[in-house]
Amino acid sequence: MSEPTTDQFSRRAFFKGSGAVAAATMVSSEVAGQDVAASPNATRLIKGMTLKVNGKQYTIENVEARTTLLDVLRLRLNLTGAKPVSMDGSSGASTVLIDGRPAMASTTLAASVVGKEITTIEGLPANDAVPHAFVADDAQQCGFCTPGFVMAVRAFLNRHPEATDEQLRSGLNGNICRCGTYANIIRAAVSIVKGEQNG
Amino acid sequence: MNNFEYAQPQTIPEAIELLATADNNAVVLAGGTDVIGLMKRFVVNPDRVVNIAEIPELQRITTDDTGNTWIGAAVHLDQVLDSRSMNAFPAIKQTIQGISSIQLQCQGTLVGELLRRPNCWYFRNGHGLLADSGRMVVHGDNRFHAILGNRGAAKFVNPSRLAPALISLGAKVRIAGPTADDERIIDLEALYRTPRSDREMENVLEPGQLVTHVMVPRDAGHLSAAYEVRHGEGPDAPLAAAAVSMSVVRGVVRGAKVVLGQVAPTPWIAAGAANAMLGLPLSEELAARAGMESTAGAMPLSQNEYKIQLAQVAVKRAILRAAGLDTGDIPSCMASAELI
Amino acid sequence: MADTKYSWPASHQAQLIGKRVDRLDGLVKSTGAAKYTYDLNLDKQLIVRALGCPFAHCRVVSVDTSEAEKVPGVVVVHLINAPKEDGPVEIQAQGTLIAAVAAETEAAAAEACAKLKVAYEELDVFVDDHDLAAAEAAKRTKAAGGGIELDEALGEPGDDDDESEWEDKMIQRLLVESKYVVEGRYGIDAITHCCLEPHGSTLQWEGNKLKVHLSTQNVSQCDDGFAAALGITADEVDVHCDYIGGGFGSKFQPNYWGIAAAEIAKKAGRPVKFMLTREQELQIAGNRPSGYIDVKLGADENGVVKVWDSHHWGTSGFNGSTVSVGTVPYVYKPKNIRRRATGVVTNNEPSVAWRAPNHPQACLLTQTAYDDLAAKMQADSFDIFLRNLENIDTPEKASVYAEEMRIAAELIQWRKYWHPHGKGHKRGSVVDGLGIGIHKWGGTANTSSCLLRIHPDGGVESYCGTQDLGTGTRTVCAMVVAETLGLPVDAVKVNIGSSTYPFSGASGGSTTVGAVSESHRRAAQDAIAQIFEKVAAKLDVPADQLEAIGGKIQAKGYGDKAMPWKQACSLIGIRPLEVTSNYQRGTASPLSNEGVAGVQMAHVAVDTDTGEVKIKRMVAVQDIGLIINRKTAESQVYGAMIMSIAAAIFEQRINDPKTGAFLNSELDAYRLPRLGDTGELVVHFHEPESERSRGVIGLGEPPAISGIAAISNAVCNATGVRVPTVPMTPKRVLDALRAAKANA
Repeated sequence: MSEPTTDQFSRRAFFKGSGAVAAATMVSSEVAGQDVAASPNATRLIKGMTLKVNGKQYTIENVEARTTLLDVLRLRLNLTGAKPVSMDGSSGASTVLIDGRPAMASTTLAASVVGKEITTIEGLPANDAVPHAFVADDAQQCGFCTPGFVMAVRAFLNRHPEATDEQLRSGLNGNICRCGTYANIIRAAVSIVKGEQNG
Repeated sequence: MNNFEYAQPQTIPEAIELLATADNNAVVLAGGTDVIGLMKRFVVNPDRVVNIAEIPELQRITTDDTGNTWIGAAVHLDQVLDSRSMNAFPAIKQTIQGISSIQLQCQGTLVGELLRRPNCWYFRNGHGLLADSGRMVVHGDNRFHAILGNRGAAKFVNPSRLAPALISLGAKVRIAGPTADDERIIDLEALYRTPRSDREMENVLEPGQLVTHVMVPRDAGHLSAAYEVRHGEGPDAPLAAAAVSMSVVRGVVRGAKVVLGQVAPTPWIAAGAANAMLGLPLSEELAARAGMESTAGAMPLSQNEYKIQLAQVAVKRAILRAAGLDTGDIPSCMASAELI
Repeated sequence: MADTKYSWPASHQAQLIGKRVDRLDGLVKSTGAAKYTYDLNLDKQLIVRALGCPFAHCRVVSVDTSEAEKVPGVVVVHLINAPKEDGPVEIQAQGTLIAAVAAETEAAAAEACAKLKVAYEELDVFVDDHDLAAAEAAKRTKAAGGGIELDEALGEPGDDDDESEWEDKMIQRLLVESKYVVEGRYGIDAITHCCLEPHGSTLQWEGNKLKVHLSTQNVSQCDDGFAAALGITADEVDVHCDYIGGGFGSKFQPNYWGIAAAEIAKKAGRPVKFMLTREQELQIAGNRPSGYIDVKLGADENGVVKVWDSHHWGTSGFNGSTVSVGTVPYVYKPKNIRRRATGVVTNNEPSVAWRAPNHPQACLLTQTAYDDLAAKMQADSFDIFLRNLENIDTPEKASVYAEEMRIAAELIQWRKYWHPHGKGHKRGSVVDGLGIGIHKWGGTANTSSCLLRIHPDGGVESYCGTQDLGTGTRTVCAMVVAETLGLPVDAVKVNIGSSTYPFSGASGGSTTVGAVSESHRRAAQDAIAQIFEKVAAKLDVPADQLEAIGGKIQAKGYGDKAMPWKQACSLIGIRPLEVTSNYQRGTASPLSNEGVAGVQMAHVAVDTDTGEVKIKRMVAVQDIGLIINRKTAESQVYGAMIMSIAAAIFEQRINDPKTGAFLNSELDAYRLPRLGDTGELVVHFHEPESERSRGVIGLGEPPAISGIAAISNAVCNATGVRVPTVPMTPKRVLDALRAAKANA
């Protein structure tokens, strides 16, 4: 995880933002170019939205601005690993990685992730240790929360490859499991840290 | 949720323009962890959503030449946590760690956290910010509602977990807009207000205004800490919280700021608690006394008297934690019986 | 008469049974490939969202759909609980579905629902299930049974005695004569199933045939419900469920929204996906009755309870029932009991079965009082629970309980950590304590059929209309067949989750593992017998002297007289060998059984300044007959313990006292334990040969019962104060501590 650039400069220059105006990203150019609304640079419908998911470019026709990333993944791309459980992300079941960072697809607008690398559970490498550890330690029952948990564990271990039991218990509270698989999820994660899982 | 115009400005002036021209019905989107859920529940129904997450100026943590740290509105909580500039401010780091959800830490932004909409199940279930001028709360289930600052119609609690820590450290916010040249820097506590009518928000932002940065003043050698009383681990709202920043010289408290969270419609500055400590040697008894003072004037509703004690304990423990003393509580996330 | 044709291998001979086997669908689930009902996207499907009633009690006077119909993308607006010719419709629970909208996108359907204009007439609301007096005053109670059982030694009422007066006199006398009397009020709030995959279906019509992907625990029997409501035959309905995201007793029916989905699909001429929202899932798709009790018990000088006198009440929603009166007192059954139950009619959706219906509540309502007896005596709870085994309703289990208590005590280090109630060491504001609970369950095998198809090339397929709730049913099916045929687990292709397969009963009440073990073992034993016949001639060994092991058919004890599996199967002929075998629920069988005990203990820490309760360690000791898959069996117990933690400390349905609204029907407010809240969990199966030889017994419910009581008792042991009602939220813990202080 890289720290945002920290540079010293005077507040005035900073606030005037000189040199900080970046070229428009893909989303705003597309949004602006295909705007159906009156206001410049704002749109209600993205006619052709390009998303990069699991290394592949997808162009999705006619995406309303309100469409969440979760709906695009599940209903337009048929990538249904991320799950809809709560309206507000309380359950973590829709966890994906956006530019490598965990986020809930249910509270992310699709339009906001154009140009970013989206990794869903379907995009984990086949030999990723986390799903295999979940099997070995039976860290799942009904399995509906599992993909979100797998992604959370993956994100957590990416940042804390040496995570201790206690760190896992205090870092993985963004997901809810109703069947009660927590005990084995901790085991699975610990086994990865200890190198008991391949991948 | 209803559809809306989506905009993704690249600069602060663009963002302000988009907000200012939205006929008073725009929302700012950063992490999305709060507002998207509220939009799905039709509690917030904007005509325009302005995503500020891609404005480069807002993505940085910088230190100015006086040594103050400026955190942009699109900086994520984990980036604040990991920033070396925050090492002097345990209260901030402890609070972010306490959220204990890697998703919320990575997706949520600092300013987004400060501007989460209130916690009140009447509000979140669509009964408006004041829920029938407070009557629904008074006659309803108010176990999680305000015990302080609740004499008016607003009974909700400010949900921010970081505001107490930041306010205790003297943080300020920079507000830009409603025109490109407008800029205001105010104390963070002045960002919040207790609305008296349904036309008012729980903060002072006017249409077209945007909080662009949080400024944490240069480390003045203060001790700081935060303590949250929670019902279980995780991102769920704490029951009561406190943060403290204090200067202690040879064991004697020379200055202190104590701020409560989750107990009032705004973060609650407990001046009495701070005053109670001034000039006195720091001890567990003193921390406890400050805790008692912190809830002066509390007026519990029918079901939330227990929160008075929770707030007092949070203050006591925040002070003890700041001083590096034992807080005497249950270690978080016990792995086994041997831990205590 | 038990059928002696079927049997399980002895433990030293079993190759798979009782071992730790990875669940067959583990990787499919953990890589997100498993397709749940919610995940199926049918070509041209519409998404349905429904409008739930905002009021807990009202009449729906009119529904104006015109604005909803104008929302772009809306295809069908369908009325569900809307007024018809005969007048307004009465709604008795918030969330009851009024109307549904099918649209091209979920957002459009949701927007249209918000634009439905419904006129309501509000009616009186009652939701306060705690307060019996208020319920009586509001005429919201219903008698829910009761009775009295007295020790024969007390004699009979005289001819001149009024029977009930005499009984009352006897109860009073027994209480007066008791050395110790405990009088208490205890309670357990209503909770919801909160399945993470909400109830719902993705379905389509093919002509007159309905193909339903249903999130269900009851694949084989939901066709009837659809057929009856839609005026077609059950043969015209196919129900499928490969994976289900939680059920816990709430998913046995198509439910009215399932029927609505089929009707909407018919109207639209397109497939539809109709899943409840999170809020609706909590409001209307399942909850467990609350229970509150006033109890007086009397015990002798040894702490053996001689008399129990209780009245409990609670709500199962607007149908006004409560925890079944026959389950109280629970496990423990003193010789003299008087009990009475009253249902409270509240404006909530009627309860549906919840993992171990009635038992967790009855256990809590009973065993908290027993533990308070120990507290009163300043005796060791372990001893009191042990001594009272002399009066339990399953006396044949007394020695099992005693042994399980001993094991559990060892695992939780009871002797090391025990202290009299409220007398533990305090560190800062934190005290710790131990608690115990004991439970029982049936777990009989449900009716089940299995079609086993063995191909001449050696391929093995099983077909059974059961379902895997995440308990590991698929894996159990494969293990049983593979064990019987002497093959590795992955040699068996298991087919479950379709009503087109042979009937298998609903997965409820811990009946599934027994059911599928019965049907699959029978089918496999029947099939292998036929193969033995064919191999016998070739190997010149009598068929009854053959065994299937290690991928071979061989003479028992003579590895040299053997035939590889594939070669043996080639003897089947051109067509596959097909065997269908059945088990009928209730039939005595050497393969399965019913009736288990079980003990749980909890070690908690309580912060007396904040009221926080944390689990340090929990131990479950469970007898369960013959274990098929040890790995998934353990998972069942872990999950059950975590559910107990949830009910003991976190979850509760919170109704607004005035409007009746379900205030915490979203997950941001419906508190469930998270990963860091569960402490250390220890599972131990008690399986001496005397238990193992009983055969397979269901495991889903028993470990989900006594943990709640154990945690409550541990909190009482820690603080010396009973927190009367679970969940023991910080507020309740502090309120109890304060009340105790005021009384002292």
